[in-house]
Amino acid sequence: MTTLNQHTVLQVEDVSKMYKLGLVSTKSLAHDLNRWWHRTRGKEDPYLRIGESNDRASRGESDYVYALQDINFCVDQGEAVGIIGRNGAGKSTLLKLLSQVTQPTTGRISVRGRIASLLEVGTGFHPELTGRENIFLNGAILGMRKKEIASKLDEIIAFSGVERYIDTPVKRYSSGMYVRLAFAVAAHLESEILIVDEVLAVGDAEFQKKCLGKMGEVSKGQGRTVLFVSHNMQAVKSLCNRAIYLQNGRLKSDGPAQLIVDQYLSGYDSMETTRQYKNLDSEKSVFLKSARCLNTSENEKYMFTADEPITLELVIHKQHPVRGVFLHLLIRNNEEITLLETDSKEAGYAFIDTDKEGDFISRVTIPSRVLRSGRFHVTLGIASAQHDPFQIESLDSFISFDVLADKTPRDARRVALLSTILDWKNV
Amino acid sequence: MSDARDNQPQWDLVIESKTPLFRLNFRELWRYRDLLFLMVMRDYKASFKQTILGPIWFFIQPLLTSTVYSVIFGMIAKLGTDGNPRLLFYLSGVILWNYFSTCLNSSANTFISNANIFGKVYFPRLIMPVSVIISNMLRFSVQFLFFGLALAYYIIQGNTAVHITWVALLTPVFILIMAALGLSMGLIVSSLTTKYRDLTHLIGFGVQLMMYATPVVYPASELPLKWQQIIQYNPMTAVIEGFRYAFLGSGTFSPSMLLYSLGITVVLFFISVIMFNKVEKGFMDTV
Repeated sequence: MTTLNQHTVLQVEDVSKMYKLGLVSTKSLAHDLNRWWHRTRGKEDPYLRIGESNDRASRGESDYVYALQDINFCVDQGEAVGIIGRNGAGKSTLLKLLSQVTQPTTGRISVRGRIASLLEVGTGFHPELTGRENIFLNGAILGMRKKEIASKLDEIIAFSGVERYIDTPVKRYSSGMYVRLAFAVAAHLESEILIVDEVLAVGDAEFQKKCLGKMGEVSKGQGRTVLFVSHNMQAVKSLCNRAIYLQNGRLKSDGPAQLIVDQYLSGYDSMETTRQYKNLDSEKSVFLKSARCLNTSENEKYMFTADEPITLELVIHKQHPVRGVFLHLLIRNNEEITLLETDSKEAGYAFIDTDKEGDFISRVTIPSRVLRSGRFHVTLGIASAQHDPFQIESLDSFISFDVLADKTPRDARRVALLSTILDWKNV
Repeated sequence: MSDARDNQPQWDLVIESKTPLFRLNFRELWRYRDLLFLMVMRDYKASFKQTILGPIWFFIQPLLTSTVYSVIFGMIAKLGTDGNPRLLFYLSGVILWNYFSTCLNSSANTFISNANIFGKVYFPRLIMPVSVIISNMLRFSVQFLFFGLALAYYIIQGNTAVHITWVALLTPVFILIMAALGLSMGLIVSSLTTKYRDLTHLIGFGVQLMMYATPVVYPASELPLKWQQIIQYNPMTAVIEGFRYAFLGSGTFSPSMLLYSLGITVVLFFISVIMFNKVEKGFMDTV
């Protein structure tokens, strides 16, 4: 927690943002007239019933919702602050207030220096203009002067890696190139405070790394302040020295990034609805009825540390007599790269080899420290040589789980896709 | 901002829940002048990308419209032109009205057509409508030049009805009134349309209706006297009639009429800025 001092570049005091529900959905004069007509007859507003709920998940009584409530914090120059919280916690609202896109309902935000926000990259790109023209336009929208952009033009083009297409209209760009160019402009913005919201979700892995590197350079090397909103806890941990945790529009905690991220993640399981897979009905002769992830003490869990083995429990239902049924699993990471493939047949294990019908439970365990940190998705195939067609069921990414960084010093800085502990020997 | 603590930093920007009723931050607009320039260039370039004739469309459009008007209003409806060559008469009306109506229409769409970009980055919102006004001004200048050429042709041909008067010196005032009037009316509509989208459907019709209530396709002198008085309340009347008086030597021009137009324009401008200020900050929550 930072208090006000001479290095403070951003001060947020008692900021709240209230949204009126119901009214928001009204777009036409007709609705307003209807509302007025109801009111003059002493009847209740016909539109207020729409979207009353306060917390996203539960119904509320009030027509008003606080997207943010009593937020107070200060940020010093050079700090890299991660803003974390679940969907709907108010992160984006906070950024919108900071970037002056919308106005707070109460409170005051004071800023020293220039704020540049990257709420979504590529804002103001005109499809008909060339990459070069768009660099200037986008830079100017973000608050840069023309000569400032001109002096950095070469650097921006080099960073974006789209030199070849720079004089082609951006409507001919691939979406990846578009994002690269847009981020390149924003990253070269000379603002004292840089606001970044989830830009890293786009672009390929190589470019994401480049962006993270650039952001690190901005905050650590150039002494500029970065506010970073992300669901990527690894990125928050490695980039930010401080984190602010928002929950239901309130500031829950504020402190060193490591600590706050851990707090956020530990609370995650209890808050999160189960990611269990369930399917009670299928026409297939053998199908997956349910699936869940378990830890070593057989508790259902979807968030593991790299030092924990992960057990996948599959409940397979058989409704027709099929023998010699095998299971086949693929594990993919978030970038759709298949990391692991395992087949029960290769383990010499035909899962269902009886004429009995009903539920069969199978468990398979991924040992600790096989996967590195990240989110993983499981794909299942059910097959039998005695069935036509051979493949009985195929389910893509029916369940997913997260692996957090292990507790070694290397932690999130691992570059490989696997971080398996191998057998090392002196010979 | 008035906190007098010693370690209190100097704030460059304070975001608060309240905004003053009337706020025109010229310093901020000036700081973003490059954006204004680039926006104008964008409008200009984007409108001619993938066209063969490019900026020649600047001439073709008013020429075609004037020809159509000459046929319909001149030849078929037999409306007079105060003794002027039809082409010149309609051309002057068309280029002026085009400028005014595009200013109005495009500023009326400010919030809705820019909602996407306004929702993500802050810059003075006024940049958008003002840039459109300026890029239209560019087009108007070219068309005006074209009109000048046509005028020169008729004068060299020895057409005695046409003569330029000293009022031509007031041309910048005419243009300013049109720009400011179009902008103001557009901003008012734009501020209203963030909530009531219905107006967007009405605006096209409204502008067309207003054109017929302005001496564009007919000279004011053709009207019955009673109607002439009514039409004078339209602030655009003085502009178009004055412009024709300036360059064609026909029509009427009175300084008091021009002052009236100017007054209305100033009043509407203030109203529009107040409405724009009010909507500007919160529109992202309703649009």
